[in-house]
Amino acid sequence: MQVPWLLALPGLLALLCFHFLPAGFGGYYAFTSWNGLGNATWVGLKNFRAIANDPIARGALWHTLELAGCFVVLVNLIGLALAFGLNRTVKTRHLLRSVFFAPVAVSPLAIGFIWQWIFDNQGALNRALGDVGLKSLERSWLGDPSTALWTILVVLVWQYSGLAMVLYLAGLQGISDEIYEATLVDGASGWLRLRKVMLPLLAPAVTVSATITLVIGLRVFDQILALTGGGPVAASETLATQVYKQTFYLGRYGYGAALALILAALIAAVAIGQLTLLRMHEQRL
Amino acid sequence: MARSRYRRTTLLRELALIVVAAVFSLPFYLLIAIALETTEQTYRAPLSFPLSPHWSNFSQAWNTGGQAALPRSLESSLIITISSVAALIALGSLCAYAIARRRGRLSDLVYILFVLGIILPVQLAIIPLFVVMLHLGLVGNYAGMILLNVGLLMPLTVFLYTGFIRTLPRDYEEAARVDGAGILRTYSRVVMPLLRPITGTVAVVVGFIVWNQFFEALIFLEGSRYQTLPVSLYSFAGDYVARWNLILAGVAIAIAPILAFYLFAQHQLIRGFSAGLKG
Repeated sequence: MQVPWLLALPGLLALLCFHFLPAGFGGYYAFTSWNGLGNATWVGLKNFRAIANDPIARGALWHTLELAGCFVVLVNLIGLALAFGLNRTVKTRHLLRSVFFAPVAVSPLAIGFIWQWIFDNQGALNRALGDVGLKSLERSWLGDPSTALWTILVVLVWQYSGLAMVLYLAGLQGISDEIYEATLVDGASGWLRLRKVMLPLLAPAVTVSATITLVIGLRVFDQILALTGGGPVAASETLATQVYKQTFYLGRYGYGAALALILAALIAAVAIGQLTLLRMHEQRL
Repeated sequence: MARSRYRRTTLLRELALIVVAAVFSLPFYLLIAIALETTEQTYRAPLSFPLSPHWSNFSQAWNTGGQAALPRSLESSLIITISSVAALIALGSLCAYAIARRRGRLSDLVYILFVLGIILPVQLAIIPLFVVMLHLGLVGNYAGMILLNVGLLMPLTVFLYTGFIRTLPRDYEEAARVDGAGILRTYSRVVMPLLRPITGTVAVVVGFIVWNQFFEALIFLEGSRYQTLPVSLYSFAGDYVARWNLILAGVAIAIAPILAFYLFAQHQLIRGFSAGLKG
């Protein structure tokens, strides 16, 4: 007896009406001039030319790539190190895992406000630097265009290292005790074995974690609104913050849709890359 | 070969990790410390824990009025989260049940479409969605926000349920069907109880996402009386510029419920995020 497709109807409608249809229309509006009311007029590539000529939009694209790239590398290295450290034997591992994973559960906006104070002129970081005699390093972290973007990187890495850790721990569970022991016991060849034995076995976890964190990095929005609002002088604008401001603040729906389409293309490229990598890995096994 | 033993190097590793975890937790310590200081203390010696805690920051933050009112947005967040999660569980599990039990190319295709739905960035879809839902009177109220959440999070819900249902044997439901039970009765009496573990995971993962969601809630609810906690927190921080003890008292109030819930639900949350590995 077959299960009727009718049961899937509400879910399919949601998929169609809230994902594919609006994404399709969004893609169409990217090639129009539209204020959200009335009719959109087709303008071809005009929005994309405007983006190419706008230093703020170009900066936003560049910041998005910089931030997402650095974030993926750092968060995965730290997550992997935490996962190896907390995989077995350590007695407090369950407690420590909970500690490292806790920021994942908290609103990114709220996390952003805590760090806004840490990076504030009068905040924790400058205080701590002054207290240990490094007053010369004190600076206006959020107000300085050369550091603003990197404060966001720090917050992202802090918030999501626990997520990468959890994904790698799940991957490590699939590796038997024997292999794990072997990589730990032979001191000298340990690093070699780690590279030759463990990492290939962890490859699926690496791919999944890299993809999830890359998408998080490309979409970053909440933390920026809390920390810098995109400033100073647009030094920490990203595609997501520009989509929001151009569309919902300035009413430039066509232009905002074009920015969103670029963001979507970046994320699609990442997803296709991941699928290809996973396929290749499966074929080698 | 022997299982991993506790050696001296393990002890060193353990101590090192405890130190790292303590440093890692500093932002939470600072949050509590600053939220309990007077404004004067936050400028004089903010890093030391206040020996005479200034509890009135919390009552002042809690009683802030206007757009930033926290009690009202706590209520909104609860209503929106619970309704969205309930609807997602009901509709998403049914949909996943059909996908998991039908075999063949169509079912594979539908499954892949749902996975694509998870990946598609919301920034592109939200622009037309906002315009259409504004025309339909679905911006700035509960109904619209709940509908939006159900639509946006349906792919993730279906993905999590489908992966689980595929591992379930069909024997029970087929026995029930042979005994003459209809499909909906079989589903509610036989299948749904078997789904309890994954329903817990879905409820927690989707619940956390909806509760913490900011971008969509900012666009759909800002300025209305149905603002969720993150949106109100955003107005709140704008109201109290540079009064860090009050801002962080507000932040502490806003994240306390979710951290308390985290203590109970962390395993479901972790399981939900790890599910991507098997999918």
